[in-house]
Amino acid sequence: MQLVPCPWCGPRDDAEFHYGAEAHVARPSVPADCSDAEWEAYLYLRRNTKGPFAERWNHAHGCRRWFNVIRDTYTHEVLASYKPGEAKPDIGETDRAQKDA
Amino acid sequence: MAASAGRLGPTTKQRYSIFALARNALGYHEGWQQAWRSPEPKKAYDVVIVGGGGHGLTTAYYLAKLHGVRNIAVLEKGWIGGGNTGRNTTIIRSGYLWDESIKLYEHALKLWEGMSQEINFNVMFSQRGVINLAHSEHEWREMRRRYEAIRLNGVDIELVLPDEIKRLVPIINIDPNIRYPVKGGILQKRGGTARHDAVAWGYARAADELGVDIIQNCEVTGFERAPAGHIVGVQTTRGFIAANKVGCVPAGHSGVLAEMAGFMLPIQARPLQALVSEPIKPCIDKVVMSNAVHMYISQSDKGELVLGAGTDSYNSYAQRGSPNHPEHLMAATVELYPITSRLRMLRQWGGIVDTCPDASPIISKTPIPGLYFNCGWGTGGFKATPGSGHVFADLIAHDRPNALAAPFSLDRFRTGYLVDEHGAAGVAH
Ligand SMILES: Cc1cc2nc3c(=O)[nH]c(=O)nc-3n(C[C@H](O)[C@H](O)[C@H](O)COP(=O)(O)OP(=O)(O)OC[C@H]3O[C@@H](n4cnc5c(N)ncnc54)[C@H](O)[C@@H]3O)c2cc1C
Ligand SMILES: [Zn+2]
Repeated sequence: MQLVPCPWCGPRDDAEFHYGAEAHVARPSVPADCSDAEWEAYLYLRRNTKGPFAERWNHAHGCRRWFNVIRDTYTHEVLASYKPGEAKPDIGETDRAQKDA
Repeated sequence: MAASAGRLGPTTKQRYSIFALARNALGYHEGWQQAWRSPEPKKAYDVVIVGGGGHGLTTAYYLAKLHGVRNIAVLEKGWIGGGNTGRNTTIIRSGYLWDESIKLYEHALKLWEGMSQEINFNVMFSQRGVINLAHSEHEWREMRRRYEAIRLNGVDIELVLPDEIKRLVPIINIDPNIRYPVKGGILQKRGGTARHDAVAWGYARAADELGVDIIQNCEVTGFERAPAGHIVGVQTTRGFIAANKVGCVPAGHSGVLAEMAGFMLPIQARPLQALVSEPIKPCIDKVVMSNAVHMYISQSDKGELVLGAGTDSYNSYAQRGSPNHPEHLMAATVELYPITSRLRMLRQWGGIVDTCPDASPIISKTPIPGLYFNCGWGTGGFKATPGSGHVFADLIAHDRPNALAAPFSLDRFRTGYLVDEHGAAGVAH
């Protein structure tokens, strides 16, 4: 069982949650101007990191709120949990922007 | 296709047969050859295949056999077949929904039918029949549509009603008042199971005979490119290995390898679990799948019931999975097959599957010239093993996909031409 720390409800069994995959993927600000490649990137291309990974979770069977977690996808260790809108804690996880630079 | 009598590699093998078995019994079984060599990696190859699962080994085999490529290495970070090839529940069928998929999986099924003869290795392919059950009105309606789609492709499939299902599978509970009642099903009689390890070993031996170097304990850690962009080789835990072309078949680790190569795939790594029970007397001689409740069942030759569960919802590279999935699986199993209620489970394990948004594979060129990927088979690629290797070898040899592989190119996520098989894939992703 993976314990997922909801920032509002505390650590709960993963069965209570809905998973939202990679966090911090921004919706294109002017959708009508997007190329097919930009839509592809937004809709389908997702990081699939082995190691610390910033991801979204929704506490579907609890407070029903979305939040972000940084979790090591290899060890399942949870390194951080934070509310939407809060800055991503800097704990060595490379994000998409850094990666693409 | 070239004649199957292609036993012409540098390592002439003994043929496996009943006579060879008898002859070797007289020698206390000390006279068997090793099935494949374990050579040191050469400095350079024409083609390097990354990933020694069934798909990678069949790719190497067909490259050598049908395309005359003689200088090939398969690099495997662990041991061959130690990934999903050796962890799956071995269900084989070709009854998908869309023409593109039916053609691809049926191509594979036909190759399964001649496999043991072709590679002179008994893969214990058992065409015992696969039944997919519908557990609601809506699923039953969808299933009848799929039945027509399969028939239109000229592939064998039958509709079966609950009474007929009960006759074929006496241990099933067809009471209409259970939580997920059996509404009907489709039966593919040519479907069945095979011995997964034998598939890896058989193709390793056959590829080795054609001169392919199978190099285990060799992890690819990076890709090297020429200034103009073409691939020139791979960095590995055993040093740099040059290659004109590189084919990646890494299943769960597809995302990791794509990231090394500098591009992203629409793939997520998720755990998928299975269990086997203690061995019991033969009680079910079909494979029965229930997509809606994430459970499927068959009985191994040893008598164990082989049970498959659903995928975890979250990304993971830890090959185990959450306990709530086996729990759901057992609840559904006990309701549908009440004789299992006091059966003990012997083993549980997980594999990391490469799930794709449309539940279809990616067999494709990549943004990097000379680098090819075959992945995204997710929860259901064992059944495709020989067909996947066959079309991927063709893609690598000719640098263009053939008609079977073309619909599965990466650019479908840009064009929008997805091959949505969520309904027909065995396990919902
Ligand atoms: C529990 C479970 C049940 C399943 N049941 C079925 C079923 O009933 N029917 C069905 O059709 N399919 C099933 N599947 C899916 C099926 O197992 C896979 O789709 C298929 O086996 C994939 O084969 P492969 O050769 O591509 O992958 P694998 O056998 O996983 O081979 C990939 C190999 O690549 C190696 N590798 C990865 N990274 C590197 C690297 N950097 N360097 C070198 N080597 C590397 C890995 O070690 C691995 O051996 C199931 C899967 C699981 C986990
Ligand atoms: Zn909560």
